[in-house]
Amino acid sequence: MNLRKGRRQNCCQYPSVSLTLGVRIMTEMEIDVRGQTCPVPLVECRKALKKASPGDLVIVKGTHPASRKEIPMACEAMGLTVLGIEDKEGGKEWEIKIRR
Amino acid sequence: MGEKTVIILHSGDMDKVYSALIIANGALAMGMEASIYFTFWGLMRLKKGELDKGPLSKMNMLGFGRQMIKQRMNKANVASLERLMNDFKELGGKIIACEMTMEIMGLSKEELRTDWIDEWGAVGSYIQEARDANVTLFI
Repeated sequence: MNLRKGRRQNCCQYPSVSLTLGVRIMTEMEIDVRGQTCPVPLVECRKALKKASPGDLVIVKGTHPASRKEIPMACEAMGLTVLGIEDKEGGKEWEIKIRR
Repeated sequence: MGEKTVIILHSGDMDKVYSALIIANGALAMGMEASIYFTFWGLMRLKKGELDKGPLSKMNMLGFGRQMIKQRMNKANVASLERLMNDFKELGGKIIACEMTMEIMGLSKEELRTDWIDEWGAVGSYIQEARDANVTLFI
């Protein structure tokens, strides 16, 4: 129960928590760049990935069409795994899940 | 060492400063290193409070064209130059200021945004920076 609490408190500013037991909790960061245009979605995604720790999940939500394909390109170039790309709101929005 | 993009920003025109910062941010966002060498009219944009004060490279029309483009950019939700510069610095981008231009234009370091500038240099600094770069542009 304490774990959950710690996790919530540490979200965003401190994306991961190391416990004395040696167990690391993977956190989820959500980036909302809906309505933003070039180069903001790509840049915000990179900023989040920089703050995240290896293993963390970064979820980017956006509407800018070019970023839907460029964010996965950037991830591939940096050797990161894109877990999934989902289209929403009848194709107007997208959501990309990345494993740091 | 990773891949690198090095840009010479010779122009101080607002639209070209946008190009330089967007490309440089794109490079950083895609995992490359990036540096911008500010020289000549470009260096004027490093003066305190002058980053977005450049004219439009075409159809400036005494500032009317510039105003119109700014309105359209606002409507399209384009990030401000200040924000792009802050993101550039946050992602580890490097800024080099041309010393000869400072001399020609009679600029002192106190007049410039020294908090953004990582290095002061001349052509040698650019070449050294660009020597192992994969992308280099003159804007």
